[in-house]
Amino acid sequence: MRTIAIMKRVLKELFRDKRTLALMFVAPIFVLWLMSVIFTANSTTSVDIATVNVSSSLNTTLGDVKHVDVHTYSTQAKAKTALKDDKVDAIIHKKGSDYSLTYANTDSSKTSAVKMAFKTALTATNVNGMKQQLILAKATIAKLQSTLPASAQAQLATTTSQTNQSTAATPKITNHYVYGDADTGFFDKMLPILMGFFVFFFVFLISGMALLKERTSGTLDRLLATPVKRSEIIFGYMASYGILAVIQTIVIVLATVWLLGVEVVGSMIGIIVINLVLALVALSFGIFLSTFARSEFQMMQFIPIVVIPQVFFSGIIPMDSMASWIQDISYVIPIKYSGDAVTAIMMQGKSILSLGLDIGVLLIFLVVLTILNINGLKRYRKV
Amino acid sequence: MANAIIELTHLVKKFGKQTVLEDINLTVQSGEIVGLIGPSGAGKSTVIKTTLGMEVADGGSAKVFNEVMPNRELLSRIGYMAQTDALYESLSARENLKFYAQMKGIAKDEIKTSIAHVAQVVDLTEDLDKRVTNYSGGMMRRLSLAIALLGNPELLILDEPTVGIDPALRRQIWKELNHIRDEGRSILITTHVMDEAELVDKVALLLGGKVMAFDQPDVLKAQYEAKSIEDVFLKAEGVL
Repeated sequence: MRTIAIMKRVLKELFRDKRTLALMFVAPIFVLWLMSVIFTANSTTSVDIATVNVSSSLNTTLGDVKHVDVHTYSTQAKAKTALKDDKVDAIIHKKGSDYSLTYANTDSSKTSAVKMAFKTALTATNVNGMKQQLILAKATIAKLQSTLPASAQAQLATTTSQTNQSTAATPKITNHYVYGDADTGFFDKMLPILMGFFVFFFVFLISGMALLKERTSGTLDRLLATPVKRSEIIFGYMASYGILAVIQTIVIVLATVWLLGVEVVGSMIGIIVINLVLALVALSFGIFLSTFARSEFQMMQFIPIVVIPQVFFSGIIPMDSMASWIQDISYVIPIKYSGDAVTAIMMQGKSILSLGLDIGVLLIFLVVLTILNINGLKRYRKV
Repeated sequence: MANAIIELTHLVKKFGKQTVLEDINLTVQSGEIVGLIGPSGAGKSTVIKTTLGMEVADGGSAKVFNEVMPNRELLSRIGYMAQTDALYESLSARENLKFYAQMKGIAKDEIKTSIAHVAQVVDLTEDLDKRVTNYSGGMMRRLSLAIALLGNPELLILDEPTVGIDPALRRQIWKELNHIRDEGRSILITTHVMDEAELVDKVALLLGGKVMAFDQPDVLKAQYEAKSIEDVFLKAEGVL
């Protein structure tokens, strides 16, 4: 009963604060839109490819591909300097019959453009080469056929086909990336994590501020001078911010799906559920840390300490190659779990039921922080 | 027969190494207005916080309604008004009153009449639906008092209730406080305004964490050979 009254009051206050509301709903969409525009605008960009030791026919076919400029270098070292100086976006190096490709990969769209162009060019050159060889072979066969006896003719036929086979065999292609790996696809990869980040950031900040204000304005003392239970206050806050987080998540998900055209493979409900749990963790975090802040400005000081590291360890930057102690830190970062879970639902279409570990860890965060918060209110009233 | 509503005996309160309250003895009987006066930093707010159970006594005991504080359930029988107005400014006065009424656990069907009554006492009936942001300082103070009066509590604890309230309204509030006393309810009030200290039934003079004097204003004035409570205060402090 009191929990609901507190929930209603907090919601009423929130919905009258139009600016904060706008911040919660409009700002994330605005930033996501900006990011999608920035990261997808260069998808038709032109690329410069350095080739070393590559046959002139491949160079010509590669040059014929739209938006591709070919620069030939005599040695791999020279080409690498060009790559470093940002003059070219990739190097194609032929060693024997194998190709070694090195991508700058600072822009994933350029990398995929190079891959595409190389594949097309290689196929085209192969087909041309085969055609020419076939014509050549046919002519030789025809010439020899008349002069050789039947037994030798059969032998020749097998040799020609063997030659044909060896040239037709696909050359080995190895890919190297100066930055990142083959999976680096900016916006798609960032979106599930960014969504969680926005939910976390705004709920953390606004709820922390709300409780801080409640403390500094004296309303918390006055509230605690009534027979309200400490847990009722915390649950009231959780209920109101939970509702807000659900609305916020729905708005963000719908905006990204319809406005930005991002594909969601799994269920939307799963995404909303996970963001709701994350929001409650953020709320508990905000309330918990607000007890260590004496003013709004001190609350803001938690942003570089608490909020920014969340981004680093959230999985936007691949963790696999980091030192193991850094990887260990990521286990205490709530956004990592929500990011993993939402990525699995959004991109792999996994069911929320198969993500028990991620949700379980988030729930542990939630329970521990909630208990800490309910006990923490003892500082202001002893019962 | 009068019975003790608040009973503080040999109360000690420390914050870290600093002893704020050394030895407080204070009783508030039913149907009595007790004024708590003392210089700032004397520990008036600490006395109130311990009485409400927000702080726990380090020594001695704090009893309210014959029960040892802290006790959460008892808080529904106490009306508290803090030094700060403690209002939700984006809500209207009515919404503030309704919220605190719900927190106090006042029955649903009584909330409306209770709000109407307290609003009338503090003369805010006309402005009930205005947002508190648009209130003047005095109006906020009155609303804060109205919240304390909600649900006719048996005990009122008021921390500087008349600061920023104009004389006419102050007189009206005192009339209401006297009326509450006459109903047999009790009031513990802190004040800086010395002529208000003359209006209470008993004055407790708080100095250096101790109650220096605790009696009826007239008795105190005779004891200190002073013309007013203000002089008593100054004499006790050693200024006069």
